[in-house]
Amino acid sequence: MEKVLIALLLMVMVSACGGGGETKEEKGSNPYSTTEKNDKGNPEYDPNRGEGKWTAENIGVTDALDAAKAESGQKITEVKCSSCHKMTEERLVGPGWAGVTKRRTGEWIMNFISDPDPMIEKDPVVQAQLELCLVRMPNQNLSDAEARDIYEYMRKNDGVN
Amino acid sequence: MKKQLQFGLLLTALVTLGLVACKPKNMTSAVTGDAASKAFVPPGQYDEFYNFVSGGFSGQLSVYGLPSGRLFRVIPVFSVDPEKGWGYSEETKPMLNTSHGFVPWDDLHHPELSQTDGKVDGRWIFGNGNNTPRVARIDLTTFRTAEIIELPNSAGNHSSPFITQNTEYVVAGTRFSVPPEYVNMDVPIDSYKENFKGHLSFISVDKESGEMDIAFQIKTPGVNFDLSHAGKGPSHGWFFFSCYNTEQANTLLEVNASQRDKDFILAVNWKKAEEYVAAGKGKKVPVKYAHNVWHEETHSATSEIKTEVVVLDYQDFDDLCYMIPCPKSPHGCDVDPTGQYIIGSGKLAALIPVFSFEKMQTAIANGDFDGDYYGIDVLKYETVLHGEVKRPGLGPLHTEFDANGNAYTSMFVSSEVVKWNIESLEVLDRAPTYYSVGHLCVPGGDSRSPFGKYLIAYNKITKDRYLPTGPELCHSAQLYDISGDKIQLILDFPTIGEPHYAQAAPADLIAPNSVKIFPIEENKHSHAALGEKDTKVVREGKEVHVYMTAIRSHLAPDNIEGIKVGDEVYFHVTNLEQDWDVPHGFAIIGADNAELLIMPGETQTLKWEANNVGIFPMYCTDFCSALHQEMSGYVRVSPANSNVPLRYGVGETAPVSGEL
Repeated sequence: MEKVLIALLLMVMVSACGGGGETKEEKGSNPYSTTEKNDKGNPEYDPNRGEGKWTAENIGVTDALDAAKAESGQKITEVKCSSCHKMTEERLVGPGWAGVTKRRTGEWIMNFISDPDPMIEKDPVVQAQLELCLVRMPNQNLSDAEARDIYEYMRKNDGVN
Repeated sequence: MKKQLQFGLLLTALVTLGLVACKPKNMTSAVTGDAASKAFVPPGQYDEFYNFVSGGFSGQLSVYGLPSGRLFRVIPVFSVDPEKGWGYSEETKPMLNTSHGFVPWDDLHHPELSQTDGKVDGRWIFGNGNNTPRVARIDLTTFRTAEIIELPNSAGNHSSPFITQNTEYVVAGTRFSVPPEYVNMDVPIDSYKENFKGHLSFISVDKESGEMDIAFQIKTPGVNFDLSHAGKGPSHGWFFFSCYNTEQANTLLEVNASQRDKDFILAVNWKKAEEYVAAGKGKKVPVKYAHNVWHEETHSATSEIKTEVVVLDYQDFDDLCYMIPCPKSPHGCDVDPTGQYIIGSGKLAALIPVFSFEKMQTAIANGDFDGDYYGIDVLKYETVLHGEVKRPGLGPLHTEFDANGNAYTSMFVSSEVVKWNIESLEVLDRAPTYYSVGHLCVPGGDSRSPFGKYLIAYNKITKDRYLPTGPELCHSAQLYDISGDKIQLILDFPTIGEPHYAQAAPADLIAPNSVKIFPIEENKHSHAALGEKDTKVVREGKEVHVYMTAIRSHLAPDNIEGIKVGDEVYFHVTNLEQDWDVPHGFAIIGADNAELLIMPGETQTLKWEANNVGIFPMYCTDFCSALHQEMSGYVRVSPANSNVPLRYGVGETAPVSGEL
């Protein structure tokens, strides 16, 4: 029993550490660098979904707007987001939000706003934005519910009702 | 049970291993085999280099050894330091005087070592006060701040204190343009374009004493000056200042000052400026600024408020200033060791432009301009360009140089340093930094003769690099060996405040001149007690002056009576020791300022207000001998109307009740 557990643990370690990490380290390149884009070494990265817990199935979006969530999302946005993002198409520090829910999937948006760092390193769209904005989007410590409410507010901004 | 415990331990160890091994972002892997031995300086041995690291928002300058990363000293410069009595003792208070009165804090960004013939000479190091605009000169024989000069017509002294190759001048370019002091300053903020102006100060430095004086200022259009460097060798006589906000925005600069595709590097022919000033073509204008000087013989500072400065208006001359277009809000502005190339780092650009001084001179001679910026001729980018380093990384900030024709540029956004060849513009190597690197330092790296060997990166963010200490984390320095083709990380160490910029010099240039004591016979302090025979307590109305001495291990006098409530007591403490490394400290209960830390042969003064009746112990704070704990005394404070006479002494001369 113990041996099985240890073997399992070892396997987890090995598999968790696989992928592009090793080669990156050998090259001595920086994980934050976009000069050597990591678009080849990440076959497991899904650019439509991003990286994180959210999937098309679990974000719980219906066609109709959830007005209560959108209202809550607006309040959170005013505290945590609107210093850098306008609701129009205009870029402030980061890109304007108008149309974002049409350009990106809900799960991608929620994964990114919930934990930006891993996606800044992997996502080609985010990396292109970084070259424009030159400020890494900070982790604003959103709870699952907050991320969901903000997404609903984005949908409302994009005309869902 | 025991077996379970062992298994548990094994599991824990494995999980820990797993976590460490899986730590993302190649944190530990960058350090390879022989790194530790390269940074190791055995106990008792000296480091090869001094590293002077600014404290940024601490306002101080720290002194480290390289390659060990050991911290030797924090030199108080612009901020008070109660540990050393800096800004608290009566002697040091004038050093922090300004036209705004006593200012106890500033933001020291850039240290700059003095040079002779473009080589680091180890005499002084200068530092800029970024908030209340000032320049300080630190004496490298005492490792103390010797002089501070304030800058009029300026706000936010950032592009400073960079020097010319013989330390003829220290420059100070205003970060914020503001309405000049000599015209109406009460104007609407949105009249920036009309009323706000920049001023570049050229501070002369006396060759012998080092004393500073504002020789002249050049008035420029209102922009933000960011960094600067002097020409050297063939470009000696010129100074280069990066400017951003050439949009002249006055709000939300984050967006509004990032609109133009190119801002500028302002090239100033300071030799010409010198000629114009000598010919009387400058205007003397009324201003107000403080000039504070430390006098070693009296162990005291003086502060003088000056009221006039000479200004050259750029508009009055057509051969003083030229603009070099530089992509996207240039930050770093560095000149290579040969003096032929000027490197601008557009912090929002995806390339590093390298300009040729020679091409610039040819273009100026040919009148080859592309219009003007508020009357300043603008050179053509392509005409004066040596070439571009393509896609070096994200957010290029600062460049330092080695002795082999290579440049090292920090990349803030992509957290890396990039090594490239100045002639070929080819990227040769890159190494990660942890994280968000600002300035770099190579010993002698902005001089004509870099010493090379090491590169140090100064990082703003250390998240996950050290044991956590709550929300506030240290910044860090990272030491790389650059003696080979590859940049090799060998050490990182935490720093004080914000390690903004730093310079380093071989210990041989500085250590032999380090002062050990102040000769007591040269002490000209007005209240020194040169020997215990000179100790006394003198009442001058409500002021009481205690002429006190300190030597291992007693204070003299150590019993003082006859102080009354409402008295202002000045303890003038002279350290009679004449041996190295024997400072004495002085503290007294209830003092509302700080302690004194008095070096051998020095006199320092603590002001103490007697507010309450009682017996007040005083003692030496710097552990000086086996009887350090005995080095103490008492002050008796009596009611304001009492008739207790003023009496004092030590041992046999101490006051005795029977005498009354």
